[in-house]
This record gives sequence, C-alpha cells and structure tokens, in this order.
Amino acid sequence: MKGTTLNRIEAVNDFVVKFANVNGSGSASANELFAKAVLRMGVPVSPRNIFPSNIQGLPTWYEVRVSERGWLGRRGGIDMMVAMNPQTWDQDVKEIEPGGYLFYDSTKPLPDSAFRKDITVIGMPVTAICNATYEDPRQRTLFKNIMVLGALAVLMDVDTAVIERLFSEQYKGKERLLESNVRALQSGASFAREHLAPPVGPGMGLKVRRADAVGDRIFVEGNAAAALGCVYGGATVCAWYPITPSSSVAEAFISYCKKLRHDPETGAANYAIVQAEDEIASIGMVVGAGWNGARAFTATSGPGVSLMTEFIGLAYFAEIPVTIINVQRGGPSTGMPTRTQQADLLSSAYASHGDTKHVLLLPEDPRECFEFAATALDLADRLQTPVFVMSDLDIGMNQRLCRPFHWDDARVYDRGKVMTAEELEAGRDFGRYKDVDGDGIPWRTLPGTHPTKGSYFTRGTTRNAYAAYSEAGPDYLYNVQRLLKKFATAADIVPQPELRPAAKKTRLGVIYFGSTAPAMDEALTSLADAGIHLDAMRLKAFPFPDSVHEFIAGHDHVFVVEQNRDAQMRAMLINELEIDPAWLIKVLHYDGTPITARFITEAITKHVHALAVAPRRERIVS
Amino acid sequence: MTYIAKPRLHHPSLTRNKVGYLRRDYEGKVSTLCAGCGHDSISAAIIQAAWEMDIEPHRVAKLSGIGCSSKTPDYFLGASHGFNTVHGRMPSVLTGAALANRELLYLGVSGDGDSASIGLGQFAHAMRRGVRMVYIVENNGVYGLTKGQFSATADRGSKSKKGVLNSDNPVDLVGMALQLGATYVARGFSGDKTQLVPLIKGAIGHGGAAFIDVISPCVAFNNHPGSTRSYDYVREHNEAVSRIDFIDLAKEAVAEPGTWKDGEVLELAQADGSRMRLRKLHADYDPTDRVGALTHVQALQAQGEVPTGLLFVDPQARDLHAALGTVPTALNLLDEKTLCPGSEALARINASLR
Repeated sequence: MKGTTLNRIEAVNDFVVKFANVNGSGSASANELFAKAVLRMGVPVSPRNIFPSNIQGLPTWYEVRVSERGWLGRRGGIDMMVAMNPQTWDQDVKEIEPGGYLFYDSTKPLPDSAFRKDITVIGMPVTAICNATYEDPRQRTLFKNIMVLGALAVLMDVDTAVIERLFSEQYKGKERLLESNVRALQSGASFAREHLAPPVGPGMGLKVRRADAVGDRIFVEGNAAAALGCVYGGATVCAWYPITPSSSVAEAFISYCKKLRHDPETGAANYAIVQAEDEIASIGMVVGAGWNGARAFTATSGPGVSLMTEFIGLAYFAEIPVTIINVQRGGPSTGMPTRTQQADLLSSAYASHGDTKHVLLLPEDPRECFEFAATALDLADRLQTPVFVMSDLDIGMNQRLCRPFHWDDARVYDRGKVMTAEELEAGRDFGRYKDVDGDGIPWRTLPGTHPTKGSYFTRGTTRNAYAAYSEAGPDYLYNVQRLLKKFATAADIVPQPELRPAAKKTRLGVIYFGSTAPAMDEALTSLADAGIHLDAMRLKAFPFPDSVHEFIAGHDHVFVVEQNRDAQMRAMLINELEIDPAWLIKVLHYDGTPITARFITEAITKHVHALAVAPRRERIVS
Repeated sequence: MTYIAKPRLHHPSLTRNKVGYLRRDYEGKVSTLCAGCGHDSISAAIIQAAWEMDIEPHRVAKLSGIGCSSKTPDYFLGASHGFNTVHGRMPSVLTGAALANRELLYLGVSGDGDSASIGLGQFAHAMRRGVRMVYIVENNGVYGLTKGQFSATADRGSKSKKGVLNSDNPVDLVGMALQLGATYVARGFSGDKTQLVPLIKGAIGHGGAAFIDVISPCVAFNNHPGSTRSYDYVREHNEAVSRIDFIDLAKEAVAEPGTWKDGEVLELAQADGSRMRLRKLHADYDPTDRVGALTHVQALQAQGEVPTGLLFVDPQARDLHAALGTVPTALNLLDEKTLCPGSEALARINASLR
C-alpha cells in the first residue's frame, strides 16, 4: 500500500469527507446513511449534495462536514475523497488536502501517476467483490455503495450497529431488503478489517467518536420545512409549476397535506393544490385565491419569478396577499439550475414594472424556512401584498441540522384587515384604498360578503380611495405614497435582524443573511481567534428596519457577505438607506457552490490588512 | 371613463324577483363602449339571465382580462365583486378564486384577443381542469382598444377596415373547448338575445366548465363588408343547431342526469337543481356526443356558416373541486382549528427527523 509513512491528517469528529459518484447509481442513499450514522453517534454533520441537472450518468458529489463543535457551513478543503467516479478522478484527487486520504475502487489497476504522493491511498476492489458476491447486475451496482459504507465504518470507527438500525427503520416490513443490505454492509466491513485496517492496511486517521453534541436538533431539508410551515400557517391553496430547486416544496406540501389536512370524518381535503401550466398561471391562481380570502402560496425559483412579474406588480398595486417561496439557484437565464446562489434579491425585491417594492424574508436554515413560511402567510394577509421567502438550493435541498420546529398552539392567524358583513351593516365606512389607521394599510372586503355594501372593482389601473377608476394625479399620488407608508409599516413587523456583538469592542461590522449564516458562524470564530473582531448582523428581512442603518452608522467599515456577483444586498442597503457605497465592503462568493468559512475568513482578513494601510476615507453620514 | 351617474329613482311598479331584487339591481355603471357595440348587448343578456334566475348579485364574482370586453364587468352586476386582472390571465385568477370559495358563481368575461391570442394557454388549461365557471368570450375578431388590428379568431381571407386581408388561420375557441373537455360549450350572437339569455342561464346552472363564444360585432373596426364578424355577415350565416326551450328553476330532484324524449328533446338536470330542456334543430345532431358535435360544428364552419346554440353538454359534468376532493365548505372560511395540525403533531414530526 502506498503512502503509509506519510504525515497524515489525524482528526476526531472534525473533518470533511467527499463522495464522488455517478448520478443514478444509488449512491445518494448510501451517502445519506453515512451522514445519518455519524449524527446518530451524537456528532453534528452537514452534508451537501452537489448534483447535475440530469437523471443518470453525470458526476455528482456529496460533501459531508463532520464537526463536533457544530460548524454546519462548508469549511473548504477535503480531508478524504471517496472517489467512485473515473470521469472526475483527476479533479477529485487534486482537491484532497495534503496528508488527506483517497478511498477508491482498486478493481482495475491504475498507474502510479494517477495518485499523489502526499496523501494516503486506500484501495478496495469493490467491483470485484460485488461481482463475486452477486449475480444480478442491479444488485452489483446498488450494493457497491453499501459495501463501501461498511468499509468506511470500520476505518473511521463508525458503529455498524448504528447503520444496521438505520436500515431497519428504512426497510420496515421489507425484511428481504433489510437482510441483503445488512449482508453487504458486513461484507464491506469484514474486508476492511482484514485488508485495510492496520496492521495489514494503511488505516485511517479520521475517526468518529461517540459524543453528545446533537441534542434535540432535527435533520431536515429546507424545502420540506417550508412546506410544513405552509401547512401550519394555514395555506389552503397551492399552485405551482415544477422547477429545480423548488419542486420539492410543493411535493412536500402535497405529502404533508395528505397526512395532516384531511377531514377526519369525511376524508375530504382542507386544501387545494394545482400543478399549473406555467409560473404565470401559478401566480395567477395564488392572486385569485388571495383576493378571495384564502391563504395561498406558490414555490418557484428565479426563472419562475421572472415570468410572474406582471402579476406580482398587479398584486402590489391592487393590494392582494400573495406568498412566494423563491428557492434561489444560479442564474442568469437557465444558469446553474442545480447550484446555489443568493442572486434573486433585486429581481424579487423590485419585481415588476413601475415603482414596486416587495417584502423579502431571509431564512438561514430549515427551522426558519418553517417559521418564515408561516410568518409570510400572516404578513401577506396583514400587509395585503406579495411576500417572498428567499430560500436557496443550499438550504432547500440539503438536509441540515437545526433546532426542532416549534408551534405555539395559542397562535392565531393574522388575517389582516377584512371588513365583515356585520361591520358593513353597522354602517362602517368602507374605502378600499383609504388609509384609515395611519399605517398605509387599507381595509378590504371579500367577495360575497354583503348584499348591498362593500363590493368593489379590483383593477391594476389607478383608482381613488373608494376604488373608483381615476386617472387624476392626486388620486394616483395618494395611492402610491400610501403604498410607501405601508412599506414602512412592513419594516416594523417583519422578522428583525439578529445582532451578534464581537467579544471585543470593534469598529468593523459584517452584514450577512440566509444560507451564509453557518459558514459565517465559523468564520467569525476563526477571525476572532486571529484577532479580527467584527460585530455581526444577520438580516432576516427586507424592508430594513432602522436598526440596520444604526448598525452601519456605528461602524467604520461594514462587510456585506453574499452569494452573488453584483453585491445585490449591498446595492439594496445603499439604495434604501442612502448609505455611502465606500462604507460597505463587498465579500462575494458566486461559483454556485455554497460559501465556505475559509473563503469568508480569507476575504475579510485580506481586506482588514488592506484597510490597516489605506488612509481612512471620508464618508457621508445620511 | 364611467363618469355618468345613474339616477337612483325608479318606478314603484317595477317587479322584484324571488330574492327581492329589481332588474336594475343587476346593472352596473354606464357603459363607456361605442354606441352599438355588441358587448353591451351581452352585458344586458347577463343582467337579464341573473335577474330571472334569482341569483343574488353579491354571490357572483366577475373576472376579466384586458380589452374592451374585459371592461364590461364594470357595466353589470354592480353589487358583485369584480376583478379586472392582467391581459390573457383571467382564467388562472378565476381558478384560484374558485378554489378559495366554491360557494360563489364565477363569471369570466374575456375577448378574442384576451383568450385566443395572449391567453390561449390559460383558456385551454382552465377548460381542461373543469373549473366551474361561466366563461364568455365576446368575440369580434379584432383588437378594439388598440384600434383595429386583427385578432387570432379573425377568419382567413376576411378584410380589415383598412382593406388588409387576413392571411392567418383562425383559432376556433369552440373547437378547442370541445377538444379540451369543457362540459358546456355554446355559441351565441350578441344580436340575438332570445337565444343568448337561455344559453347564459344554462351555463349558470351548469356544474363544470361552461364556455360561451358570443359573436359580438365591433361597430368601430370590424362591421364592414368583407368582415366575417359584422352584424350583416353573422345574421346571414347564423345556423342554430339547438334551442334551449326553457329552464325550470324549480329545484326538483331529477333521477336521471339527462334523458332524451322522442330523440328530439333533452331534459337535463342542472347542477344548481334547475332543469333545462334542450331541443335539437338538426336531426342528425346530438349535443351530448362530444366527437359528433365537434365534427358537425366544424363541417358547418367549413361551409362558411356560423353554428350557434348549445353545441355540447355533458349531463354528468364534474368540476375541479370534485377532482380535488375538497371539503364542501369554502376554503377561505377554514380557521386555525381546522387547518393547523398543532404542536403535538409537530412533536411527532420532529421525532421522525432525528
């Protein structure tokens, strides 16, 4: 065996493993089992699928961060590569950290030049073993992954009993499948004991040790969480059109509704879900349902939002509650449909023609996807306007460890200002677009409420405060200025930013949001360890409350970390808060992979060193 | 602009219908369309049908897209909520509204530009889904508000006001509705109220997607010789294939959804409990046979005729709510007690995710 005398990475409960596979080969479920087994041993993991827009035959990767300290973002760098895909061999081998490990299928001999000298190479003739064990070609492929899992478990001290337990949960009632999986796992484990572990084999310095660092946290995908939030938040109408990476929101909503939303006596559905013909129809149905008083949502991604923009403008101006879950992916155009970005901020915040602005919620993990989906339904009703939940592929389609979902049974849905038949009957004045409460939010009536009072004609054209068609300048100004006032009201009632003061007093701040959060948590600690202290603010929503301006004003320089090319959040901060651009330093990551802690740490460190030598710039404080 | 207020006075001897409304309670604002516009006759037919059927105006939701036709919901049923949506997208908004509250009557008004050009996709999919609605296309073969461009329903070879010949084939919405599964398909003519009012009534009582193509001449841009949507042309070529003899509003249970008498008259129980009697005017025509209706209508159209009447009806129509298995209550009335599974269920979900 090669490389046994090297300087090897030795780490317990703190490393990164990456599986390189071919998609459609059944690798995904075996990889997930690895992550879950580590989790069941009480050690936090955060896996990330890096997959192609394809069903079978293209490269796919599964990167697992194992971190007892609880870092759930990507770290950067790979300690062990499980290289099962010849197509990407060179790239995969190159990615391994010096002193790291390469696990590969050694059935076919490879020349020395295919390996690196500074890593430990562990070869297992997986294909040969499978071919000798199984007749059926399908089994030969599927059980390959399970055998590798068995071998890795032995090498890394993962308890195979834990994996067997996961099998028994997964194959409940399918005893034959359970048995054959256990057999494959055990044969991989035996091979590793006999050939790969010391004294015969090279063994491995990356170990998993039982710990108690997971607590009551749950392991779930953001899209499923958002769907569950819609169930709890009272959505009754869902209209959608399939688009990666948001399809699983609607699919999870369908399956949760089947379990949780049928009348116990009659079996009838307390919801309606329509797979529409396109995104235009999806949002049209949501607008129609919202106008008619049902809580309605759609789930989509950037290209879908582009198609929806005409309706979003109508909903903004006609003041109709709409909830849109935007699971962002790489753009522009078809861009990178299976990669992640935070690049739809501007196109969502200002979607449509004319002067428009929309509420955005920025969840950091599945727990917040759940919370914010339910909150969005409340806010949409309260504000009578479109509300976006800005998730992304990283949160939406990867299982993430997060705090368990919470629901207060005393919580009452905020249905907003809906005038009832009784109020109309009592002679209460109804001006559909009249600001009677001073918060910019008018009252509305639902169709069918009262025989003679409260009906009005909804339109995208200008009207006066009583909904009568008008092209008069003052009527127009009244409306659009009231909408601005309503937007200011929104800033007070959306989820407020989370402030994390530095351990030491500092003149540096950092603003971040969404899926950047876990990598930022780790980066802040690394930076502090290196003597760079930053006060951190995690934005949870747009519009920005005053506290955001105060935070920026309280620091000499503020980094804005985001996952897009054009610094879209920074642009929004500059635009909405009238901040001098020089104040806000861009830290941008946008290659389609989730941002890493190392990237943030290095970028900020570089800037801080540059700032130390550059003369202080004059700024305009607004 | 609707700047003329209607006088509130009315003659004391005016009769009220069974739900206590005067005919004028079904009216809306004064129309701003051109004098003689076919669309105003359709609005009048809607008003008459709703009044005679004792529909409470506020239990109707009227939706439209953009264009001359889509302005008309402001001119009838003033006590109903109305929604003038975006161009070509009325069907999706109506679908969503119908999902939210199945208890109202949904009236979609659109034009040939709105439904056959920009909104052809939404038209098609609303028909496929069987949304319970009355979908009226006020079809004049021309864009009125933008002053006289051909629409997608204009016949090939027909002439515009400026003398341009249309070289494209027409979209036949009736043919499409038949193919796509609409369960009530009719064609009327704005100049023949005697035929149109019963067609609208039949559609109101229908339990699924009801589509009425109403030829409605545009007096400003498409009422000249050489046009196939002019009053004169349609009067000359109007070929009624069926006639609704009466609609009996007595809510009697009828055992059979639809029965033929002497092979000539179909007695049909409507979803709203009323009964409709439909007489066929062409001996070889069966308006309950979708494929036969399609063939017959297309054969007439190929000869340059304008087949009108109730062209097809499915006596056993179902709607989208039936397909989705939704509760009988309007979804917009359900509260957290029904909708929220609660913290105990959530604790179980949390446990399954560890």
